[in-house]
Amino acid sequence: MISILFKEISGFFTSWVAYLIMAAFMLFTGLFLWVFPDSSILDYGYAGLDSFFNIAPYLFIFLVPAITMRAIAEEKKDGTFELLATRPLSDWDILFGKFLACLGIVLLTLLPTLIYYFSIYQLGITRGNIDTGAVIGSYIGLVLLGSAFTSIGLFTSSLSNNQIIAFTVAVFLCFFSFSGFDSISSIISLQGIASFLTELGINEHYQSVSRGVLDTRDLIYFLSFTALFLFLSKTILGARKW
Amino acid sequence: MSIEVSDLCKTYGNQKAIDGISFKALPGSVLGFLGPNGAGKSTTMKILTCFIPQTSGTAHICGFDARTDSMEVRRHIGYLPEHNPLYLDMYVKEALAFIGAIQKIDQTEKRINDVIERCGLGDQQNKKLGALSKGYRQRVGLAQAIFADPKVLILDEPTSGLDPNQVIAIRALIKDLSKTKTVVLSTHIMQEVDAICENVIIINKGKIVADDTLTGLRSKHNNQSLENIFIELTGSHVHQAQII
Repeated sequence: MISILFKEISGFFTSWVAYLIMAAFMLFTGLFLWVFPDSSILDYGYAGLDSFFNIAPYLFIFLVPAITMRAIAEEKKDGTFELLATRPLSDWDILFGKFLACLGIVLLTLLPTLIYYFSIYQLGITRGNIDTGAVIGSYIGLVLLGSAFTSIGLFTSSLSNNQIIAFTVAVFLCFFSFSGFDSISSIISLQGIASFLTELGINEHYQSVSRGVLDTRDLIYFLSFTALFLFLSKTILGARKW
Repeated sequence: MSIEVSDLCKTYGNQKAIDGISFKALPGSVLGFLGPNGAGKSTTMKILTCFIPQTSGTAHICGFDARTDSMEVRRHIGYLPEHNPLYLDMYVKEALAFIGAIQKIDQTEKRINDVIERCGLGDQQNKKLGALSKGYRQRVGLAQAIFADPKVLILDEPTSGLDPNQVIAIRALIKDLSKTKTVVLSTHIMQEVDAICENVIIINKGKIVADDTLTGLRSKHNNQSLENIFIELTGSHVHQAQII
């Protein structure tokens, strides 16, 4: 598992995917946070990272599938999956190695954004006037969101040999699981089960963690969400043995 | 007995890819696996290497069952798949070190140098795999297969698409490796069988139609050329007659 993890990480950096994703993430969040007047902190006037944490999930919807799309699809297409599967590695070894590598890239992408926190900390009229608890909560929320999206991405990557298909399906699934349930719950005839439907969506739990309250229910939700899609990917990988 | 296969079957849907094949292979010899395209050669190899399981029958490698003890089997085999898949953005040493890490080999550095020398990769060792010619890529594939010093080598068309010089070099390497290992290789090239195989299995439509030593096979068929024996056994002589 560790050997797969290292191989994947070094693959991300030699193929420039990692740099590209990190640069894109920094660029977009930077623009939204400091330049675009609608969401800029400087125009908004409050020393908070709310607009960053609002925009980040939507960027993740596109960037995480871009990280994960090649993970299994490329191995299957190039036939290198056969190399791995005939070595003393279980399918779980391969899958976990890839999952942790992709999640590692997601964490690395988040790391430079700590500079936003530092800037706002320094820029507040009374220095340090920022809700640190909420920021920590929101970062934990983003990491959990990232792991949920990564597992979706690995699942779609295992479905197809084609990276474009893997990417497109993953973007759709990520978007739907993030905000799709909220939208469905607003349908009038489903009002009876509206709260149940929003509970199914990621957004509800992400918002709850972002408030800085670490509820075990949210934690269990994210972990089981990730586990579900990892299990589905394992099932697809194992399908060659049916 | 290094490889022992008995009554192996594999069906994809309704189609029987292999249909009750049984054979054995001994250490210190090269077993040639012949057959027309789609005869079931690659399928058999995929089962032996635990990539896919059989529908019925058993396959034992070094005494371990390929289905129930697949991790042990995978520790004992080296496999060069058809078309030689490689991570083209890795460097030669990096690719070998990766295999070493998977197989948990001690003294990887030393082993890498040994294998590079053995496979004649010395002057290409600092290149990316994507920058290597087909012959050298094939050597890297072989180097990966022999890296963990397996007792059994399974090579799926190891010389396809190479130029005559490269073919001869790869054959010499395989021959050399077979002194200490059991080698099973599949091929379409009859001269190759002549050059390196002691034993021959010809398989057609999922069934074994000949399983003999090279000399034994010849004497049974009036010392005809291997090509004619192959055509006779795999049934394509009918089509040939029509063409003539």
